[in-house]
Formats: sequence, C-alpha cells, structure tokens
Amino acid sequence: MSRAARVRLFWAAALLFAAGYVVACLELPPLGGPFHPYGERAVAAALGRRTANTVSSVNFDLRGFDTLGEEFVLFTAALGAVLLLRRTRDEHVSAPRPGRVLPTVRLAGTVLLPVVLVTGVYVVAHGQLTPGGGFQGGVVLATGLHLAYLAADYRVLRRVRPRAVLEVAEAVAAGAFALLGLIGLVRAGSFLENVLPLGTFGALASGGQVPVLNAAVGLEVASALVVVLAGFIDQALEIES
Amino acid sequence: MSALPYLAAGWMLLVGVHGLVTSRNAVHAVGCLTVVQSGTYVLLLAVGYRRGGTAPYFTDIPAGTPVVDPVAQALTLTDVVVGAALTALLLALVLQTAKRHGTTDPDALTGLRG
Repeated sequence: MSRAARVRLFWAAALLFAAGYVVACLELPPLGGPFHPYGERAVAAALGRRTANTVSSVNFDLRGFDTLGEEFVLFTAALGAVLLLRRTRDEHVSAPRPGRVLPTVRLAGTVLLPVVLVTGVYVVAHGQLTPGGGFQGGVVLATGLHLAYLAADYRVLRRVRPRAVLEVAEAVAAGAFALLGLIGLVRAGSFLENVLPLGTFGALASGGQVPVLNAAVGLEVASALVVVLAGFIDQALEIES
Repeated sequence: MSALPYLAAGWMLLVGVHGLVTSRNAVHAVGCLTVVQSGTYVLLLAVGYRRGGTAPYFTDIPAGTPVVDPVAQALTLTDVVVGAALTALLLALVLQTAKRHGTTDPDALTGLRG
C-alpha cells in the first residue's frame, strides 16, 4: 500500500472510530461515581483475607493465576530481548573506555545507591501493606543498581551486577510462582490456593501467600530488567561489527 | 464534562495510531505504540476513579472508607508491566533490524533476509 493510501485509510478509520467512541463515552457512567461493584467486592475480599493493600490482594490472591501469566509474559519478553541482543558470530567485543564523571554525580550516586536498593527491598516487602509490591519494587531495585553506571562507569556496573546469577534468578523466580501454585493444588485442592496462615491484619506477616508471591515477582522483575538493560548496554558499549 | 478523561484516552489511541501509520523510523513507531498503550492506562484509571476516594490500602485508614477501584488499578499495573516488557522486546527487534538491514525505516524493509 502506498503511503498516501495508508494515511487516507487511517483518517477514514479514525473518523469512524472517533464518532462511535464519543457516542460510547457519553453513555458511560459519569466519572468518579460511587458505583464500583467489582471494587467493593475486591475490598471486602482483601479485608477478609487480612491484606491491607487491596491492589496486591487482587493481583496475588484473587487474580493470582492471571499474575502468573503476566509474569511469564515478562519472562518471555526478557528472554526474547536477550536472544535478539546477544553477540553474533560476525561481531567482536571491545573494552569500553571509562568516561569522565563529575565529582558531584559520583558522590550523589555513591550515597544514593544503597538508599535506593534498601527502598526497593522495602517496597517489595511491604507490598501487602502499602502501595507498591513486587512489580514496583523490582523496578526500583533494577534502576537503582544502574546508579553505579551513572556515578562510576560500566566496569563498576559489571562488578555490582552478576549477570549470570541474575539470569538464573529470573528463571528461578518465575518457576517459584508456578511451584507455589502447585503447592496450593496439592495441599488445598486448587491451583494457587492459599496454604499459609493469614497472619495479623496490618502486620508484615499478613495476607497469607501474598507476600511470598510478591517476593517472587519482585525478584523476577528486578532480574529481568537488569538482564534486558545489560543486553542493551552491551550493544551500545561493547559490541562492534 | 465528566466524559473528558474517557475522551482523552480515545484521543491518545488515535494520536498514537496516527504516529504508527506515518512513522518513518521504527524507534519512533515503538514510541507511538507506548502512547497508544498509555491511552489504556488513562481509560482504566478513569473507569476506576471515585470522587472523594483515597488509595485502596487500609493500613492506616478504617475499613469502609471510600477508595478508588482497586480492580482497575491492578489491571493498569498489569498493563504497565506488560507494556514495558513489550517495549524492550520491540526495541531489541529494531536494533537487530538496523544491524541486518542498515535502516530503521519500516517502508525500506522489503524482503526477508537471513
């Protein structure tokens, strides 16, 4: 299809879609209304399972099976990215030259690196209590690690980032989620059924399996992100054709 | 105009698709796809919004306080994670295309090459 024809087709489709969409939006319940039947049921279910953070309860308890699928989407995407970014036969690796880093940036990075890593672990560990959880905390952990790259250089990042270990950790974390589901199947009769004590509402040990699944996802997200970013950084800095 | 956030979501979808259709650079196209996806975040959060509602966690608020819809938030979270993973995969594909074909213009890619 020619370029002009493609744009014309887009405009025709866009106008049709826009007209239908506007009519549909005007018929939707008004914004911010009090009628949230699923939300109310989810809140009641979360409180009944002693999980203070309802979003975590939805993700790791009510929709646990869905989150398992999501975790494997993440795993597969990371695997695909790593495969695409690997060094091919006609490419060779060259050692990257260290760049100059401003002393203030170096200081800020050195001070912030441990703080960000602790924050990441905190966000993962408190996923059942406060906003956050494995997905968000995992991203904080992985991006925090890359402060080493900003504050120092690539060789320092390579030392604080054991890529081979993280590749294994990613697979283990994804597998652990499925394994926890199987434990539920064997012990309680259905996949991902909670077999752990529900604990005290509002305490760190609460929500049954939610914190455990949360931790598995946190490890998975953090390692997947580091591995994928490692692939991209290697491409940019080390691999030459 | 209480339908404005819904309409904004539709607008983001159309702007993103327009960018995809007219894109001359695959990296740009991947960026446009994330704009399309951001439209779904806006739609989901608008659907889940509740006037006067607070964040749906009960560590320090009493049970029964009105909160925004946690189901819509959980769906948005799923969307964000899948979107980020997909963007990384697509960018890796673009990188390979640039290496093998020497171009990132989708129109210049005519045939399969090993």
